[in-house]
Amino acid sequence: MKLIKKMARVGRECVACGCCASVCPRDAIQILYGIAAQVDASRCVGCGRCAKTCPAGVIEMIEWSNEK
Amino acid sequence: MKRKKWSDYLWLVELTYLCLGMFNILFAWLGMIFFTLPLAIAVFGGGKAYCNRYCGRGQLLDLLGEKLHLSRHRVPPAFLRSKWFRYGFLLFFMTMFGLMLRNTYLVFAGAPLKKVITLLWVFKLPWQWAQVDLVAPWAAQFAFGFFSVMLTSTMLGLVTMLLFRPRTWCVYCPMGTMTQGICQLRNGKEMSQHGGTCKTGSGTSETACK
Ligand code: SF4
Ligand code: SF4
Ligand code: SF4
Repeated sequence: MKLIKKMARVGRECVACGCCASVCPRDAIQILYGIAAQVDASRCVGCGRCAKTCPAGVIEMIEWSNEK
Repeated sequence: MKRKKWSDYLWLVELTYLCLGMFNILFAWLGMIFFTLPLAIAVFGGGKAYCNRYCGRGQLLDLLGEKLHLSRHRVPPAFLRSKWFRYGFLLFFMTMFGLMLRNTYLVFAGAPLKKVITLLWVFKLPWQWAQVDLVAPWAAQFAFGFFSVMLTSTMLGLVTMLLFRPRTWCVYCPMGTMTQGICQLRNGKEMSQHGGTCKTGSGTSETACK
C-alpha cells in the first residue's frame, strides 16, 4: 500500500547536538555514532517539533512515501 | 511529556559552577571536568552522549530560551553551521587557550600574577578582591584564565540564545565540534556502512548517506 506522510529530514550540516532527539515526542530520532541525527521513518509523525528546535536549522519537513 | 531524569537537572551544576567561580576564582579549576569529560566520552566510544544528555550548559541555554521565553527563536545564519566557521572558531579558541596556558607558565617561571578576568578575549576586568593565597601563583593564574574562557563562552552562548534559537551556541561550541570530529574519525566507517540503508529513503540524514 502506498503511504504518503510528512516527516523530518536531517540535512548534511547536522552538528549532532541532540536537541531534536530530546524534543521528539515519538523518540524517532537518534544521534548515530555521535556524528549526525537520524530519523526513524516508521516512528516519525511529522509534528515538526524537531525542525523548530534544531539550532543549526538543518531539519526540513518533507513529503515521504514508502514507495519510490 | 517525557519523564524527567536526574540528568535533566545538570543545568544546576553549570549554574553552581558559575556562582562558585564568582565567589572564589579558584573554583574555576572544577571546569576542567567540562573539558575533559566530553572528550573522554567521545574517545572511549560514548559518542556525543555528553552533548546529548549531560551538558549543563546546553540545558541552561535551553531553559532560558525555551522555558523563560528569552529566545527570539530565529534560525541562525547558515555560515554558523558551516565546517569552515566551526573549525575556524575551534582553532581560534584553542589558540587563545594556548596563550592562556603560556601565561600560566610565565607566572610559574616567576612573572607576577595578574588578577584580571578577560572577557571576549579583549575586555579586561580587574578582579583584585580574589583570595588566591591558598595556592601557588601559577595555579591562580590558570584559574583566572580558565574562568575567563568559561565566562566568555557563556556570554557568547547567551547572546546567540537571545538572538537565535536557545541552543545556538551548540552549533559552534568548540567542545561540540571536537567531540563530533572525534566521532567522525572513530566511527566514520560504521556510519558510511550504515548509510547503505539511506537509499530506501528511511529519512537518514544526508551526512549518513554520503
Ligand atoms: S517531526 Fe516530530 S515525530 Fe518526527 S522526528 Fe521530528 S519531532 Fe519526532
Ligand atoms: S537538532 Fe539539528 S543539528 Fe542538532 S542533532 Fe538534531 S538535526 Fe542535528
Ligand atoms: S555543543 Fe557544547 S554546549 Fe552544546 S551540549 Fe555540547 S558541549 Fe554542551
